[in-house]
Amino acid sequence: MSNETLLSVKNLEVTFNTPKGDVHAVRGVSFNLGRERLGIVGESGSGKSQTGRAILGLTAANGKITADQMTFHDVDLANLSPKQWRKVRGARISMIMQDPKYSLNPVMTIGDQIIEAYREHHNVNAKEARHRAIDMLDAVKIRDPERVFNSYPHEVSGGMGQRVMIAMMLIPDPELIIADEPTSALDVTVQLQVMAILDDLVRDRGMALIFISHDLQLVSSFCDRVLVMYQGHVVEEIAASALHEAKHPYTKGLLNCLPKMDGNHADLPILEREASWAEG
Amino acid sequence: MSAVKRNKRNGRNRARFTSGPPATVLRLVFSLAITFFGLLVVTFLIGRVLPIDPVLAAVGDHASQSTYDRVQEEMGLNLPLWQQFFIYISNVVQGDFGQSVLTSNSVLDDIKRVFPATLELATLATIIGVLLGVPAGVFAAINKGKWPDHVVRVIGLAGYSMPIFWLGLMGLLVFYMKLDWVAGPGRLDSFYVDFIEPTTGLMLVDTLIEGDMDLFWNAVSHIILPASILAYFSLAYIARMTRSFMLEQLSQEYILTARVKGISEHRIIWRHALGNVMVPLVTVIALSYANLLEGSVLTEIIFAWPGLGLYITNSLLNADMNAVLGGTIVVGAVFIGVNMLSDVLYRLLDPRARR
Repeated sequence: MSNETLLSVKNLEVTFNTPKGDVHAVRGVSFNLGRERLGIVGESGSGKSQTGRAILGLTAANGKITADQMTFHDVDLANLSPKQWRKVRGARISMIMQDPKYSLNPVMTIGDQIIEAYREHHNVNAKEARHRAIDMLDAVKIRDPERVFNSYPHEVSGGMGQRVMIAMMLIPDPELIIADEPTSALDVTVQLQVMAILDDLVRDRGMALIFISHDLQLVSSFCDRVLVMYQGHVVEEIAASALHEAKHPYTKGLLNCLPKMDGNHADLPILEREASWAEG
Repeated sequence: MSAVKRNKRNGRNRARFTSGPPATVLRLVFSLAITFFGLLVVTFLIGRVLPIDPVLAAVGDHASQSTYDRVQEEMGLNLPLWQQFFIYISNVVQGDFGQSVLTSNSVLDDIKRVFPATLELATLATIIGVLLGVPAGVFAAINKGKWPDHVVRVIGLAGYSMPIFWLGLMGLLVFYMKLDWVAGPGRLDSFYVDFIEPTTGLMLVDTLIEGDMDLFWNAVSHIILPASILAYFSLAYIARMTRSFMLEQLSQEYILTARVKGISEHRIIWRHALGNVMVPLVTVIALSYANLLEGSVLTEIIFAWPGLGLYITNSLLNADMNAVLGGTIVVGAVFIGVNMLSDVLYRLLDPRARR
């Protein structure tokens, strides 16, 4: 973990123009990211996913991104042409999507999709790319990589599909991985497996990780630092190890929502919200 | 106990029977047989309940009662309906659709003569329609709400709403009469007609087999206008459907995945999205092809194209029931065939449908 800053975001705003008026999804989010693992936590609609997408310039067509600063190394992400974006996406910043059932192309083989990701950024022949892809499938602990390579997405399970997704997004060797709810669509039993695989690979390859989730406990166990978002604002930034010292009532509320093994509450407390938090 | 055992074994046998390639073929043949039988029953019944007297059509108004009776007996129309049906079925199975009153040829020979003309026209029209319609639809989808989208919509709507006989006449007027870019009605200039031996019945193929390029280009200049006009019709439909399938696919999650990977927009559209669009589109194209194969009467009349539509219509107007039934069966068979073809293509294009 070095202190060099990879990604610097200052006052990021994402606004969607809808028929019912403007919707401010992200309002003034700022953070710096080194080679570390940063968690972004929040409930649905808190703007955590939109923050991740804005970093890759993949906000939907009716959305507008503004920021005082959004730089990745020396690349100014706020002013990239489509051609320049293609050099950043996949190659330097990549994203792991939520549900492999929808995020993999159903009519292309898994192998073709992984090879495509690799060859887009590396000039190698088909044989070498295939070799690399199978190694990568092996690296995400798929037992029979040759078979999976030739399979279609519907032929593998959810956990397997998400490993394929990790393999596909890590194969061009990006510096930053954004994982947007990477385990929310999976069974509880395979969630930890998949997270452990992702965590190992990110550590081994010295990548930075932004882990977006609604699960505060999961995030705190895999990240160094946590941003807690509420209605487009960052309400608290805290080291994962110091989560129990959280000051903001919203963060505390999120922590208290979980049942405790030794607890004996009859009812879990209800999350309180105050309008003033959203003004930040 | 033993009953349970037997059931178990039956179950296993059944499982083996309903899976695997031989069973698939068997099931296919079975369902085809049933479909054809249904088609024959309906066609036959319609032919018999129509208030048309085929005997009268054959003998004319002024024949005596004895002639009428004799011809009725010859045609087998004095027998009870079920017997007539049985005779008809056994003839059809042997490839005998009876005689045409109008042309006094066997119906099968007539169909062998007219169907290739329609097949050639419909195939060319569908090829043109797909080659222009699919890109037009994709182009409209990726420029949704902008001027290319509106242009494609207006052109499509025009193709849809202009009566085809008017379009055909205007096409002849402009491209044949005024500009002289194409040849007029018919499949070849009348001067050439007897030069060509109908090997396949497809004029473009037959002329190539004979190796006569003059004849080939003559055939091309005859077919290009009616084919384009039919193509305009299917193009409008195909472009419209392509646009909406494309818009649906472009909003899918895997498209975002491809963008995250840094894939070019061009490849995202033509490889990722179109690969998925082709799956439902195949059915649309197949149905539009089948519709054209039925023969489009108006186009065939205007362009003096001796095809199936013209043949069936003429036969119907002249109470030539054998020809009408034969033609209907061919149309039905074509529909079944094209549907089967689209099923096969569907399986090739969508791995989820392969099993």
